Amino acid sequence: MHRTGELFGQFNTLEQQKDTASLGMWIFLVTELMFFGGIMLAYTINRHTYFHAFAFGSKTLSLPLGGTNTAVLIASSFTMAMAVWSSQAGRRKLIPIFLSLTILLGFVFFTIKYVEYAQKFHHHLVPGSSFDVRYCIDNPSKCSDMSAEEIATERKELEEAEAGDPDLNAHAQLYYSAYFGMTGLHALHMVIGAGLLFWLLRASIAGRFTPQWNTPVDIVGLYWHFVDIVWIYLFPLLYLIDRHH
Amino acid sequence: MPDKDQVSEPQHHEHIVPPRVYIVIIITLLCLTALTVVAAYIDLGPFNVVVALVIATVKASLVVLFFMHAKYSPKRTKLVIMAGIFWLLILLFMTLSDYFTRIDYRGVRFPMTQSISLGTSHRS
Repeated sequence: MHRTGELFGQFNTLEQQKDTASLGMWIFLVTELMFFGGIMLAYTINRHTYFHAFAFGSKTLSLPLGGTNTAVLIASSFTMAMAVWSSQAGRRKLIPIFLSLTILLGFVFFTIKYVEYAQKFHHHLVPGSSFDVRYCIDNPSKCSDMSAEEIATERKELEEAEAGDPDLNAHAQLYYSAYFGMTGLHALHMVIGAGLLFWLLRASIAGRFTPQWNTPVDIVGLYWHFVDIVWIYLFPLLYLIDRHH
Repeated sequence: MPDKDQVSEPQHHEHIVPPRVYIVIIITLLCLTALTVVAAYIDLGPFNVVVALVIATVKASLVVLFFMHAKYSPKRTKLVIMAGIFWLLILLFMTLSDYFTRIDYRGVRFPMTQSISLGTSHRS
C-alpha cells in the first residue's frame, strides 16, 4: 500500500487509480456475497424442511435486542459513510471523529450480541450434548431472567411445535447451529472490520487522508457497508420467523 | 485504451455525495427496519417471508447505491456488482428449484411431511 497518494505509472489519472482499487474491492465483496449467499441458501432449505423447529427457535431470540442491533449497525454504516465524506471533502479533523463513532457503534453491537449469546448458553440452547429445548420450561428457577408469563408462552409454543415435529430437540439444534454459525461469521467479519477501522483511525489522526488520496477510507467503508448488508438479511431471516402466531 | 482527455486531465473529480443524502438514507433504513418488524406480526401466510426479503432487499439496495456509492461508480464497477448478484441468483434459483420439486430416494417429497430422525435407527 502506497502512503502518499502518488500516481503510479500504469494509471492515467488518480481517479482511474482509485476506481481500480475500488473495483478490486468490489470483486472481493462479490466473493463474500457468494460465501454468505451459499450459507443463507443452506439455511433456507433447512428452515423449509424443519419449519416448526426453526419457528420455535426464532421466537426464543430477543426481538428488542436484535432490532436494536440492526439500528446500531445501520447507524454505524451512516457514520462510516460520513467518515468517507469527511476525507473526500477535506474535513481532516472530522475523519477520526466519525471513525471513532463507527468503532464505538461496532462495540455496542458486540456488547448486545454478547448478552444474547450468554443468554442462549445459560438457557442450554447451544447445540451439543447439554442442549435441551425444554431446559427453561422444566427448570424455571434456573432461568431467572424469564418471567413466569414468558415461560408459559414458551411452553405453549413448544407444545405446538412438538405437535408438528416430534423430534424437535434434534431439529431445533439445526436452527441454533445456523444461528450461531451465521451470526458468528458475521461477528468475525465485524472484528476484522473493527481492526481495519483502528488502523484507519491511527492514519487519520496523523492527517494522512486528503481529498486527493483517501482510498483506504473508501475501501474499508465498502467492507463495513457490506457487513451491514449481511446483517440486514440475517435479522429478518433469523429473528422474524412466524412471529405473528 | 488511453483517452486523450483523461491523459491531459490531472484533476481528481470524484462525485462527492452530500451528507444530507446520507441522512435521508439512514432515516429511510431505520423506518424500513421498523416496518419489517411490524410486518412480521401480521399474518400474511406464505407472504411473510416474501415481504421480509423484499424489505431487506430494498434496504440492501439503498446501502449499495448510496453508502457504497454504486450509483456514482463507473460502469465496469456496476457490471461487477450486477454480475455478482446474477451469479448468486443462479445459485439460489437452480438449487431451490431442485429442492422444491424433488422426490427423494425414500419416495418422500420435499419438504418432508414426516419427521426424519437424526438418530442412528433410520440409517439406510
